[in-house]
Amino acid sequence: MDVALAKAWLDTAADAIAAQADQLTTLDAAIGDSDHGVNMNRGFGAVRTALAGAAPDGVGAVFTLAGSTLVSKVGGASGPLYGSALRALGKALPDGPEVDAAAFGAGLRAGLEALRKLGGAAPGDKTIVDAYLPAVDAYDAALRQHGGDGDGGLAAATRAAAAAAAEGMRATVPLQARKGRASYLGERSIGHQDPGATSTWLIFQALADAAAAP
Amino acid sequence: MKKFINHPDAVVREALVGLAAAHPELRVDLEQQIVVRADAPRAGKVGLISGGGSGHEPLHAGFVGLGMLDAACPGEVFTSPVPDQILAAAKAVDAGSGVVHIVKNYTGDVMNFQMAAELSGDEGIEVFTVLVDDDVAVEDSTWTAGRRGTGATMLVEKIAGALAEEGGDAAAVAALGTRVNEASASFAIALTPCTTPAAGRPGFELGEDEMEVGVGIHGEPGRRREKLRPARDIATMTLEAILAAKPVAAGEDAIVLMNGLGATPLIELYLLYGEVAGLLESAGVRIARNLVGNYVTSLDMAGMSLTVCRADPELLRLWDAPVRTPALRWGV
Repeated sequence: MDVALAKAWLDTAADAIAAQADQLTTLDAAIGDSDHGVNMNRGFGAVRTALAGAAPDGVGAVFTLAGSTLVSKVGGASGPLYGSALRALGKALPDGPEVDAAAFGAGLRAGLEALRKLGGAAPGDKTIVDAYLPAVDAYDAALRQHGGDGDGGLAAATRAAAAAAAEGMRATVPLQARKGRASYLGERSIGHQDPGATSTWLIFQALADAAAAP
Repeated sequence: MKKFINHPDAVVREALVGLAAAHPELRVDLEQQIVVRADAPRAGKVGLISGGGSGHEPLHAGFVGLGMLDAACPGEVFTSPVPDQILAAAKAVDAGSGVVHIVKNYTGDVMNFQMAAELSGDEGIEVFTVLVDDDVAVEDSTWTAGRRGTGATMLVEKIAGALAEEGGDAAAVAALGTRVNEASASFAIALTPCTTPAAGRPGFELGEDEMEVGVGIHGEPGRRREKLRPARDIATMTLEAILAAKPVAAGEDAIVLMNGLGATPLIELYLLYGEVAGLLESAGVRIARNLVGNYVTSLDMAGMSLTVCRADPELLRLWDAPVRTPALRWGV
């Protein structure tokens, strides 16, 4: 994972979120307040602008800048949650223009921990965590299995992470929300896919796509 | 979607331009997206700051002024403000006596105000927080994010604001705000959904003969859907839910807020208020003060929320204290 790939990931994520913004908002309308797509699109658009205007020299600095931008621009719950995760990822990475796949995986987990500390969600609460946690578990498992050497290791691990995030996202459908605005609906939140888990999948899929790109 | 707007992305900003034009007594900072009392900071006075998503007008910017808030931080529609905004507000109103955040209990609001409190602390500004969670439609349990902050927010802002105006210190103002919240309960019913400018379509669909029971103020569906019933039944249902959660005994005083959610005509709110007043009178509760109107809204949602606050002489005295804001003014 180097600076170029880090930027390419966030750029790809911004594209995916822009393309899916309407879908995210539709999911949010069912169990929330109809703004998840709008907010995520505004936030990742701001990240794109911030990264274009800065020249971070380390991989960590890319994510720290992106995270701070989300915290400053988005509001709501998704801004602080994704912003804190990206900031923690950035801070967890060793200095330098390139980090290995194992260090990046540890950074992804540090991001998850920061997000969970802030939001207080446990697995099964029908939140971002339900896609993020299986994604980092799958990432680590893939690295252990295939080794993290070279670009091939990172590509395989991120592919596994994206697949696990998708599975986790779909598994939120039958859950009853226990955190965030959807929790106010009680049992009426059952049967709807969680918008936060969905945007998390989009972000992990963007990571896999960016890592697979030649 | 039919709205008086130019572009969905510009609604909050352009509404603030209008607020500034209508109320030169307020300082509207479009860059920081905050609304501040023109005479802030005032030496020796605690700074009272609230904020939240836009779309609940007049909450919060409409309550900035003498005897109420020192600053409001409007976020995007139904989206909490960001920490930078709240920090900017704290810097604008802190005169060394600290600030009090009045925060409605929503995940995003709590996170952003918490982050702002840490930033303010780093700048040497002492921050106290009042968390408002008066909506008894939601159970406070590990199964939810806790009860929502709704109608009681304006009662907290009015009463805590009066104490701050009198020179109460930050800890006392925050403790009083918490006391008002604990004495208050609210319950809301919607007849229609609402449409955010950005989404452009209603958050849910509701049949001609249906109502959403236990809604919040963000266009989200309520706890359950029922057949529409006469106003008398709705008044009874909401009041029973409120008094079950926060009883007011016979002989005690109450402040009652019959609040419209944005698109309900006053004639219906007064009709409902009449029902509620009759029920409370039968129960021996004295409505010491009341407000009927649109104070904590949910864009263009047709609906009502009822808030009952068990009052004592101190709360009533502070309720009666002078207030001069765009949306609430008396005694001046």
